[in-house]
Amino acid sequence: MATMNMIQAINSALDVMLGRDDDVVIFGEDVGYFGGVFRCTAGLQKKYGKTRVFDTPIAEGGILGTAIGMGVYGLRPVAEIQFADYIYPAFDQLVSEAARLRYRSGGEFWAPITVRAPCGGGIFGGQTHSQSPEGVFTHVCGLKTVMPSNPYDAKGLLIAAIEDDDPVMFFEPKRIYNGPFDGHHDKPLVPWSKHPQGEVPEGYYRIDLGKAAIARPGNDVTLLAYGTMVHVCLAAVEEAGVDGEVIDLRSLLPIDIDTIVESVKKTGRCVIVHEATRTSGFGAELSALVQEHCFYHLEAPIQRVTGWDTPYPHVFEWEYFPGPQRVTRAITAVMEG
Amino acid sequence: MSIGRRLSLHIPEPPARPGDEPDFSGLKIPLAGTQARPAVDAPARDLRDYADGLIRVLDDHDRAVGDWTPDLDAEALRSGLRAMMLTRVFDDRMLRVQRQGKTSFYMKSTGEEAVAVAQAYALDDNDMLFPSYRQQGLLVARGHSLVDMMCQIFNNTRDRLKGRQLPIMYSVREKGFFSISGNLGTQYPQAVGWAMASAMKGDTRIAASWVGEGTTAEPDFHHALTFASVYQAPVILNVVNNQYAISAFQGIAGGERATFADRAIGYGVPGLRVDGNDFLAVYAVTRWAAERARSNHGPTLIELFTYRADAHSTSDDPSAYRPQSESARWPLGDPIERLKRHLIGIGEWSVDQHTQLAAELDAQVRADLKEAESYGTLSTPPDSPRSMFDDVFKEMPPHLIKQRQEMGY
Repeated sequence: MATMNMIQAINSALDVMLGRDDDVVIFGEDVGYFGGVFRCTAGLQKKYGKTRVFDTPIAEGGILGTAIGMGVYGLRPVAEIQFADYIYPAFDQLVSEAARLRYRSGGEFWAPITVRAPCGGGIFGGQTHSQSPEGVFTHVCGLKTVMPSNPYDAKGLLIAAIEDDDPVMFFEPKRIYNGPFDGHHDKPLVPWSKHPQGEVPEGYYRIDLGKAAIARPGNDVTLLAYGTMVHVCLAAVEEAGVDGEVIDLRSLLPIDIDTIVESVKKTGRCVIVHEATRTSGFGAELSALVQEHCFYHLEAPIQRVTGWDTPYPHVFEWEYFPGPQRVTRAITAVMEG
Repeated sequence: MSIGRRLSLHIPEPPARPGDEPDFSGLKIPLAGTQARPAVDAPARDLRDYADGLIRVLDDHDRAVGDWTPDLDAEALRSGLRAMMLTRVFDDRMLRVQRQGKTSFYMKSTGEEAVAVAQAYALDDNDMLFPSYRQQGLLVARGHSLVDMMCQIFNNTRDRLKGRQLPIMYSVREKGFFSISGNLGTQYPQAVGWAMASAMKGDTRIAASWVGEGTTAEPDFHHALTFASVYQAPVILNVVNNQYAISAFQGIAGGERATFADRAIGYGVPGLRVDGNDFLAVYAVTRWAAERARSNHGPTLIELFTYRADAHSTSDDPSAYRPQSESARWPLGDPIERLKRHLIGIGEWSVDQHTQLAAELDAQVRADLKEAESYGTLSTPPDSPRSMFDDVFKEMPPHLIKQRQEMGY
């Protein structure tokens, strides 16, 4: 075991996979010599050489278009999009190509690509360094979508994503790269070294996609969250003084419906929390699933705490970001409902 | 402000519209044999003239002339002629089948057969092809089963794509023919990525891809050229300039002020423009680009200058936007007729042999069609709707199993 922050855990996952599989290649803007704007690929080019880890032109569509071609050849490309906010130029390649290739070719061709993209707000990133576009991709049949909330999961899930023969969207909440963040922005950051999930095995291990984790067991209310919001929910449960069960989905698609249903049937109450904007966000899917599977167990309407339906503003960071106060209010509402 | 200084927007117009006389007077068509064949390792900057020229081997008397004349024996030429003829017979038959209501859709490649067939001949059989929807000649040239192609067109019980794809969106892995997508141009950077992978692994195979001149306006064209140039990927990027993108003449794609081969210059990639109806020239230029790629000298863009002789698709009526006689007046003629006359001219072919071969190919396609039809026509699905849920992912996730069960399977 070693102590790692999320950046180091991701770097370790990439290092492990580069070492285990000669077909793994890593590329993106600034990922090569420089080691990535967030340092996630630091040292890898030096260790594995320029044909395994390299810099690309600033062209997201080109990065993912060539990644698909490499995948078709038989490589296992791990491509980085510098910010999730800049993934849209590659949207056609993801939706029309990566997601459909196996299907449209009757299983003749596929592209086992992993797309890493730092996402999420809480960093004064403004409109194009804060977005959470995961719901855009969970809507695309043929893509898997994953978002870790801590270093241990980040490494295990990333290894599983790289080994997966389907295209995987791997979103990394950059707000928690260096330490867990519960939304209390006025308090100093606690580093991952002070957190049990900052303990990360140095070698190979994987966390299967499609399996949620119970971040905090409880009986009164189920909170469904992922990424940074897991930590916000944990704080909110304490502050609300309720015995909330916080489920960290980890994998949005495929989704671990059994864990969700079991929890909501037990608690009878559900709060869904994500940073992404509300309308047609992934929370809408979660709400519908809970309603379909747990209708007779529900004792209150399902609540959603999300980003507002506006572009991510710069100066109103903390009015926009769904912090513990808003989650606490939702918990109170659902408990009284 | 004076009226004379007001701005006006330029909207390109083709030289002739329905009812007009076809007008090809603006085309610069150099004599065959006038351009030298450069060394395959020539720097891109030394090859700029080729982007504005037109490499031609067959002259007005169908003789092979000049430096680009490829070293192809008569047997290979007859074989190429046969593959082009077979492609055309196949296309003609499939159009008829669509008109009979046995399939929903078809796209012919009439007039462009030399592009696919000569290029397939110039590449190695294990080079990877990333085609658009109008290179069916690649499959014919690689000896793929016409029955297999027809079954895909019918979406019948033998459709290898399990009824999921629109007719002609073939995928033939064993022939190195990549799955065709409806989204234009996406295969271009994919081909570059495949070629980069081949280079990364120290392989000897190269990739080739095709787009039409209309698709060069898509961002993936730019991505492909940039990445191919940056990494010197062993790839051949072909632009089939058949003058029309559905109803829009090539000027709407940006062809009025520069050739499509010219685009390559800005990327530091050689851009060679070739008479796309000249089997020998297409073969020779592709061979040159393949040798260049295979010896690590990087990518080449080839503009294949041709004419889409027939409708865009079975859903299109070209008489609504261009003169009906334009196709017959195309100054570069017909690729099949030109190679036929060349072979006759060198004493390796005859009108009788040609007539006999045409009849044989027609009979072969009819027999193949009969076989294909025995597996069903127009959506005789290959499997129960249960198969609709397969291959979305490698393993079917629970939510898809649930949806399949909801449908009753």
